[in-house]
Amino acid sequence: MNTVFLRELAHARAGDKGDTAILSVFPLDDRDYEWLRTYVTAEAVKHHLADYINGDVERFDVPLVCGLQFVCTHALGGGVTTSLALDSHGKSLSSRLLAMRIPARPEDANSQRCSSGETDIGQR
Amino acid sequence: MSAVRNETRIGSGAGFAGDRIDAAVELVRDGALDDLVLECLAERTIALAQGRRHADSSLGYDLYAAERFRALLPVAIPRGVRILSNLGAANPVAAGRLAVRVAEENGLECRVAVVTGDDVLDLIDREAPALEDGKPLSSHGEIISANAYLGADALLPGLRAGADVIITGRVADPSLFVAALVDRLGWDLADESLIAAATLAGHLLECGAQVTGGYFADPGYKTVPGLESLGLPFADIRHDGSMTIGKVNGTGGMIDRRTVREQLLYELGDPGAYKTPDVTLDVYGVTLREVAPDRVHVSGAVGRRRPDELKVSVGYRAGFRSEGEISYAGLGCVDRARLAGEIAAQRIRRRGVEPRIDLIGTLDTPNSTPDGECRLRVAAMTDTVDHARDITREVEALYLNGPAGGGGVRTTVTEVIGILSTFIDRTAVTSHTEILEAK
Repeated sequence: MNTVFLRELAHARAGDKGDTAILSVFPLDDRDYEWLRTYVTAEAVKHHLADYINGDVERFDVPLVCGLQFVCTHALGGGVTTSLALDSHGKSLSSRLLAMRIPARPEDANSQRCSSGETDIGQR
Repeated sequence: MSAVRNETRIGSGAGFAGDRIDAAVELVRDGALDDLVLECLAERTIALAQGRRHADSSLGYDLYAAERFRALLPVAIPRGVRILSNLGAANPVAAGRLAVRVAEENGLECRVAVVTGDDVLDLIDREAPALEDGKPLSSHGEIISANAYLGADALLPGLRAGADVIITGRVADPSLFVAALVDRLGWDLADESLIAAATLAGHLLECGAQVTGGYFADPGYKTVPGLESLGLPFADIRHDGSMTIGKVNGTGGMIDRRTVREQLLYELGDPGAYKTPDVTLDVYGVTLREVAPDRVHVSGAVGRRRPDELKVSVGYRAGFRSEGEISYAGLGCVDRARLAGEIAAQRIRRRGVEPRIDLIGTLDTPNSTPDGECRLRVAAMTDTVDHARDITREVEALYLNGPAGGGGVRTTVTEVIGILSTFIDRTAVTSHTEILEAK
């Protein structure tokens, strides 16, 4: 199967709370939301970031903004304040996540827009 | 207290202590704001500030407070723009006095309200389990600070007393915004739906430029114009709780559905239950609509009952962090950096400390290209400053006692203040407001 870097289909932001990393993922083109929902699973994220995440990954779907929210516990080396990592906040984890590979979207896929029906913000 | 109106504009002039002051001045000067919030306290800031206060009782507030007041009071006060900020950190009273002094130096009359009561060091149960690991707070190290996250209710007495400037210590970040909005729009703190809207506005604005194109650009994928002159955001909030996020026309950056939704979910755990002292916010129903260039309409926040307990941030002495780095270049640089790391780690383990080893620049290419470069980083936690220095000396020793061609050693030793969390019943916490006048 052809694969692409997640970066080709999505944008992401990282946040932190204590030892928990919070990664938000959105499609560059909202029509790809269902594709991301299928392939960017909590298990796939945990597997891709296995070197960083020692706890669990839970995914929350926020369809009105086409968002996938990954809450990753024990992911910041014991916590922002006492971590020995150079990037103790885990800010760069969003970019590491976008380096995950997922199946390429078939060019003829008749994919659904996400349920908001709002302006399509991405350009193919 | 201000006259109740149908719509109000609130701006965000700082998303963290080190934020750009010139952008905040521009926002106040050209943004037609009613209120400006400066959010300057990260998790650990108060614990560090507490140390400065212990050393000098007139200190312990934000390090850039004087600079911020000097830049902002002369543009804000004549325009009737109120300033609300948690830059009081561990010493809001001293920060309030500083604001008065700066106002008077600039010939400005204003009323400054100082909110205290967040310091609960004497009230917490030190044997209570830390949220993070369930072990007693006291078992982690010497506790040096404990600050409860106050809510919007703590700021209202000052606003209702007609304050132009409100200075606090630890307050939940969105609550700074909620207080101003409740006061301007005549809202009731018990109206969970409107307080959810106000909290959402605060959440979207509290990180400053993170909603206007900061923390966003990715060349070739996400282009942001004018990053060098990135503008700070404001929100126009209407009486029904809907709002439009915007920025001053002509400033750099951008606001669109993507920048707003990244900030919408930023740092939220469960998007259906973001707990603040004011409300439990649910963002699942939030919709975003681009209504004009750099203007995004936001609505749909849902509110539920606020928590009965307030979160408390507890600072403790966690030891010393020792860090050392050394660079290798040219062919085989990664192999030499790795060897250096192994040597240093063995020497450090003999001292009973397990170090963390990082290779920076560890792509395959630096090893096999003539101009490759790899930097070794060795980090460890120790109990004393002397032990921390023993570790950095092992990195320095790599100059003469490691692989070929090591250079550029830099070492640092830092005292580490750790942060733990616990809860306190909100009825145990009482806030106080002191009014100071600049004449």
